[in-house]
Amino acid sequence: MSNPHHTEDNSLAGKVQKHTGVKVSRCYQCGKCSAGCPVSSDMDFPPSLLIRKLQTGFPKHEEEVLRSKSIWFCLTCEMCIARCPMEVDIPPMIDYLRGESMRLNKANPAAKNIIRFHKAFLNSIQKTGRLYEMGLIVDYKSRSLNMVQDVVLAPSMFAKGKLKILPELIKDRKNIKQIFQKTLKNKHK
Amino acid sequence: MKLGFYPGCSLEGASREYNESVQAVAEKLGIELVSIPDWNCCGATAAHNLDKELSLSLPARNLALAEEAGLTELVVPCAACYSRFTVTQHELLHDNAMHKKVNEIIGKEYKGTLRILNVIQFIEEYIIDKLEDNMKFEINKKVACYYGCLLVRPNKILNFDRTEDPQTMDVVMKKLGADSIDWAFKTECCGAGFSVSFTEAVGRLSGKIIEDASHRGAEALVVACPMCHSNLDMRRPAMDKYNGKKIDTPVIYITQAIGLALGIDRKKLGLNRHFVPVKLDNFKPYVKKEVVVENTQIMEEI
Ligand code: SF4
Ligand code: SF4
Repeated sequence: MSNPHHTEDNSLAGKVQKHTGVKVSRCYQCGKCSAGCPVSSDMDFPPSLLIRKLQTGFPKHEEEVLRSKSIWFCLTCEMCIARCPMEVDIPPMIDYLRGESMRLNKANPAAKNIIRFHKAFLNSIQKTGRLYEMGLIVDYKSRSLNMVQDVVLAPSMFAKGKLKILPELIKDRKNIKQIFQKTLKNKHK
Repeated sequence: MKLGFYPGCSLEGASREYNESVQAVAEKLGIELVSIPDWNCCGATAAHNLDKELSLSLPARNLALAEEAGLTELVVPCAACYSRFTVTQHELLHDNAMHKKVNEIIGKEYKGTLRILNVIQFIEEYIIDKLEDNMKFEINKKVACYYGCLLVRPNKILNFDRTEDPQTMDVVMKKLGADSIDWAFKTECCGAGFSVSFTEAVGRLSGKIIEDASHRGAEALVVACPMCHSNLDMRRPAMDKYNGKKIDTPVIYITQAIGLALGIDRKKLGLNRHFVPVKLDNFKPYVKKEVVVENTQIMEEI
């Protein structure tokens, strides 16, 4: 008979532990994380419930986690881990879940704008090595339908010297390209 | 004195007044800040939200370049970049396999020898002792020091100040003659990287922060993070909408406060670049306190 301690744990909780070292089984559901989380009310379920769903290991619950808004609305403010009596390190766990959710094409539609923004941001860095804010806004706005608000801010930002017309280019852009090729590009086709 | 310096993208763009004030204060006190040659973006929220290896590799390239340039201490004023750098250093020094992998990805060797300082540590170690001899004014105002998330959390890695009621910024502001108040939102999140993609959340979170500070009589909020600053300053319309009233309490960087106390020109500190006008003035001229000299004679007699 195979030793249960040596079998690969294929549950989502098992993968979380393997990739981030976070053991969801430590959580005893006190709820402090959810009480302190600034975006609990925007989430479909707050951090402690996210953990509970991973603890059960039911495929239905794991699916709900990967398709949740919660993982995308998390701000990585680290309040949950600061207050957790069991030191369950939620933010890196959520980082991992976001990566999985993207990889498996399960990202929640409500997170569309957030993901578009992240992509536009990385796109800017990939090309120039640094963030080009004007380019980012144009790129993001063309990816989302949310046209108004920042186009309104842009002229006054420009007047205050806060927006540059031209991007800053670092010298070794090949190195940056290579970093993207070996990481993000490698995994998301 | 020479120190390594990583400005980061915000300080070169939308938050350039932060950079201007850091530079102006350093110059006034004879500290030379040397930028990492050919530095790149740290990857910010976007990288760690989407890909762990990317989120470690982008900061690691900067750290490796800094080491190559012979720097031993690195000042990182942006709290978000600082957090990415410290987390990267921590992860790579505690995970050999990942360290090797990241070195391979960046095509450079990161050794892990750098000391990384956030702006408060920089002030504590290199500026605070010089204040008495250089201060021209006292910042005789009621201020609310706002730390946000990234300076104090995760405490296990940063090991910086108390997570719930930190004091380091308050100590600096008191030294400048300010009355730094006790208030409830010191370490609450401002909405961080959602400024553009989820502005309502920023309006709510930042709105509560500014409301509490102004309610308790603060004449300014003092911050040390460009992300907090641009949310609290630029997103004021969304915050006013959430609060149902207009609040015009300005938000200044701690380095701008120091600059004002040192008598540096307001424009040089970038105070003209804020969306919420910074009207603070009428500072009290600073008189160096007499140092009480112990009666050495009595000491000798004993
Ligand atoms: S604070 Fe920690 S132990 Fe309590 S519910 Fe949250 S994760 Fe579980
Ligand atoms: S890190 Fe995420 S889950 Fe934790 S308290 Fe902050 S927003 Fe909530």
